[in-house]
Amino acid sequence: MTEYGGGRPMARYIRHACAFCVLLLAALLVNAARVQVVQARVYTDNPANRRATIARYQQPRGDILVGGAPVTGSLDTGEQLRYERTYRDGPLYAPVTGFASQTYGTTFLEHSEDGVLAGTDAMLSPLPLWHDVTRGRSRGGDVVTTLDRRAQQAAYRGLAGRKGAVAAIEPATGRVLALVTSPSYDPSSLSGNGEAVASAWSRLIHDPEKPMLNRAVRQTYPPGSTFKVVTAAAALDAGVVTDLDEPTRSPDPYRLPGTRTRLTNEADGCRDASLRAAFEWSCNTVFAKLGVDVGVSAMAGTAEAFGFNDSGLRIPFSVSPSTFDRHVDRAQLALSSIGQYNTRATPLQMAMVAAAVAGGGQLRTPYLVERTTRHGGETVEGAGAHPARQVMKPSTAARLRELMTDVVEEGTGTQAAIPGATVGGKTGTAQHGVGNSGVPYAWFVSWAQAENAMEPGVAVAVVVEDASANRGEISGGGDAAPIAKEVMRAVLGL
Amino acid sequence: MTKAGTTVAAARDHARAVRLPRRRGVELALIVLAVLLSVYGYCAVGLARTGTVPPGAVGYGAGLGVLALFAHVAVRIRAPHADPLPLPIGVLLNGLGLVLIYRLDLETPDDRAAPAQLVWSTLGVGLFIAVVLVLRDHRALQRYSYVCVVAALVLLLLPILFPAVNGARIWIRVAGFSIQPGEFAKVLLAVFYAAYLAANRNALAYTGRRVWRMQFPTGRVLGPIVTIWLLSVGVLVLERDLGTSLLFFGLFVVLLYVATGRTGWIAVGLLLAVLGAFAVGRLEPHVGGRIEDWLHPFATIEAGRGPNQLSQSLFAFAAGGVLGTGLGLGHSTLIGFATKSDFILATAGEELGLAGLAAIFLLYALLVERGYRSGLALREPFGRLLAVGLASLVALQVFVIAGGVTGLIPLTGMAMPFLAQGGSSVVTNWAIVALLIRVSDSARRQYDGRDAP
Repeated sequence: MTEYGGGRPMARYIRHACAFCVLLLAALLVNAARVQVVQARVYTDNPANRRATIARYQQPRGDILVGGAPVTGSLDTGEQLRYERTYRDGPLYAPVTGFASQTYGTTFLEHSEDGVLAGTDAMLSPLPLWHDVTRGRSRGGDVVTTLDRRAQQAAYRGLAGRKGAVAAIEPATGRVLALVTSPSYDPSSLSGNGEAVASAWSRLIHDPEKPMLNRAVRQTYPPGSTFKVVTAAAALDAGVVTDLDEPTRSPDPYRLPGTRTRLTNEADGCRDASLRAAFEWSCNTVFAKLGVDVGVSAMAGTAEAFGFNDSGLRIPFSVSPSTFDRHVDRAQLALSSIGQYNTRATPLQMAMVAAAVAGGGQLRTPYLVERTTRHGGETVEGAGAHPARQVMKPSTAARLRELMTDVVEEGTGTQAAIPGATVGGKTGTAQHGVGNSGVPYAWFVSWAQAENAMEPGVAVAVVVEDASANRGEISGGGDAAPIAKEVMRAVLGL
Repeated sequence: MTKAGTTVAAARDHARAVRLPRRRGVELALIVLAVLLSVYGYCAVGLARTGTVPPGAVGYGAGLGVLALFAHVAVRIRAPHADPLPLPIGVLLNGLGLVLIYRLDLETPDDRAAPAQLVWSTLGVGLFIAVVLVLRDHRALQRYSYVCVVAALVLLLLPILFPAVNGARIWIRVAGFSIQPGEFAKVLLAVFYAAYLAANRNALAYTGRRVWRMQFPTGRVLGPIVTIWLLSVGVLVLERDLGTSLLFFGLFVVLLYVATGRTGWIAVGLLLAVLGAFAVGRLEPHVGGRIEDWLHPFATIEAGRGPNQLSQSLFAFAAGGVLGTGLGLGHSTLIGFATKSDFILATAGEELGLAGLAAIFLLYALLVERGYRSGLALREPFGRLLAVGLASLVALQVFVIAGGVTGLIPLTGMAMPFLAQGGSSVVTNWAIVALLIRVSDSARRQYDGRDAP
């Protein structure tokens, strides 16, 4: 091919140069495929990549509902992380909702139900894999709780800012009706991502009152005399006691086996008392001896049937395990049987003890989420079947109900009596600290059955740890029982 | 008069037997498609962001459509045989660029760039029309090659008198507008290279000594061109605009190779490139940092200083995946600085995905390929070299910036042709398309059926 300017075949070089340019553009495409497809996950999962966080807060978070009304909300801030969590009655529901913070993550229901609330749960998607294709995200679903608004309010009011906690459950179902901790905090102060949130966080975690501690499920206390319900159940089930009114042949004071320590009582008339009298007046000597007579394995077996030593309880957030020590000598067993030594329980655990008695020996696993729904209200998942387990013989439960009713009618728990309802309870004043020097915790566990009801409608446990009270004044009957009463009244509507 | 008329008519008759169809109808149809696609993108942004069609959609579409139509009419009048593809490609890329800038403007309400870009686009299309109407034959440019090179050097030197912006001395500010004279210099240098090489290519090709199958040129012919090249590159290194110097260098090597066919040029070019890159990387901390970033894009994250621009850009591309998030739904603004200019492709990558990116690259490839095709079809070396030079300019520019933001090569600041915010760049690219149209018109008009254009 000849050309104007000479004989060299320029066309060939043009083609080569063209091929080179096309090669450059093809390299771009190959590299783009590498970044966008092959290695996309490496980049997407990099913690410095804010996209996942932005997407999370791009839409309003689903709500947590109590009694049909949301106790949470979302605020459109217009910032990069657009929607921020808000709470109505934040401190009241804080032990249930937890917080959903753009800075500090999530806790409690906000954490365990995060998939539904944030809209990432696959169950929310209209079709399987729908969002994988459309790259969308479902509108956040709602979480309907089992809480009873009035019971929750009664408990919070009753504690009135004193350190303590309340847990209430419905014995027949295991529904958690109230879960209150005090002092509490407003989770909305942690929602955002600014300077104020950081200072609120720092203030809360350094607060000596520990307002973020969920005392109802994450704090264990020595249950003290309220644990005598468990000991009595073990003694009755094991046949150590067959008749409530028969003398228990127990000395007063009781010398702990293998030691010189002598255990005494606050009340008089505990020597050789019957189980009924001993329960009513909370005789330490009698129950310490009964525990030793029952033996460690039967005692621990009964305690574990009630839920002690179970680290797997989720309601759906985890509950700290309550403990009953199996590796004890007889003296330690005696103390363990009156709710001291290494015996520790969460308020929720003690509510479960009361619920098992109220439920005729059957205990239902407590749960807090009635159902989860799509944004429109369509149910995604129900509470499901919560199996009951037989904690004790039905006859034992019936006798315990009798004992607990006596406590409220004529014993230490008269302040919990409700007109128009049968109430059974047990007080406790648990000592703790080195040489029992600490201010004792006031306990009250109880259940109540309205006169016209087929079965008890509520079981509740209250603990008050008030450092400001005088040691002599704090007591289960005086401090805790009135709170339990108000909670039970609220549930029964009396 | 009559005789001349007959001659022309006879020539036309003769040519008609082998003449290619003019394809102006195809061009118009493609322009309409390009405008519609741009308007669709504009609406998609609005629908994704606010759920409504943006109020300016009709005006935007009409504006772009009228501009494109004027350009089309100019082509019909003065370049009826031109290749039908470059103009619609320019319109589509410019329209898409406006959509992306408009979309990014929504994130920065205080700093709106789309209106200014629209003004620049208008100026660009105006320049396109002017070039198509005024420049009757591209060979006229050959006469002005030395004017071109002097103008190019002046333009390159001009920003040294102005303060540096973001570490680079490449802008001048006139009446509130910042202009990048280096952009215009590209076209002028391409013209100069083409003219000079067309005149001297035989001397360059046939003289010199042979070293193991590769022929190296003598210093006498090489002298002036290397001087010009060194001057321009020196100026750019002074101005710290590494992308543009890379571009000039690449253009220089490609044109030398095409003009002479000597592989020795490629060897010399690569050697110079390696030496230059090494020297600059050592001497300039600014450039050394860019190379470090390229090798270890996540170094700042590991050091706890958060992601740098390049890693944010990579995050944006990765977030796009195959199909993209959809216009208006990505988060490329996380890149922070220069999202509308150097990093505009990251927005395209995130919101249009690999599919959209592939389409954009294809459009550039098509533009380049049409340029080369005109070069092949022409019969005189200046036109050939000019077409090749302009097409290579586009290809190299796309490679340097797109390769930079996707982590293929070290990042150097440069405008993505037509897409990126930047008036000088848009105007320059319209000038390039105008010249390609002019060259292709000549190529197709001269076509005698011997070689497929």
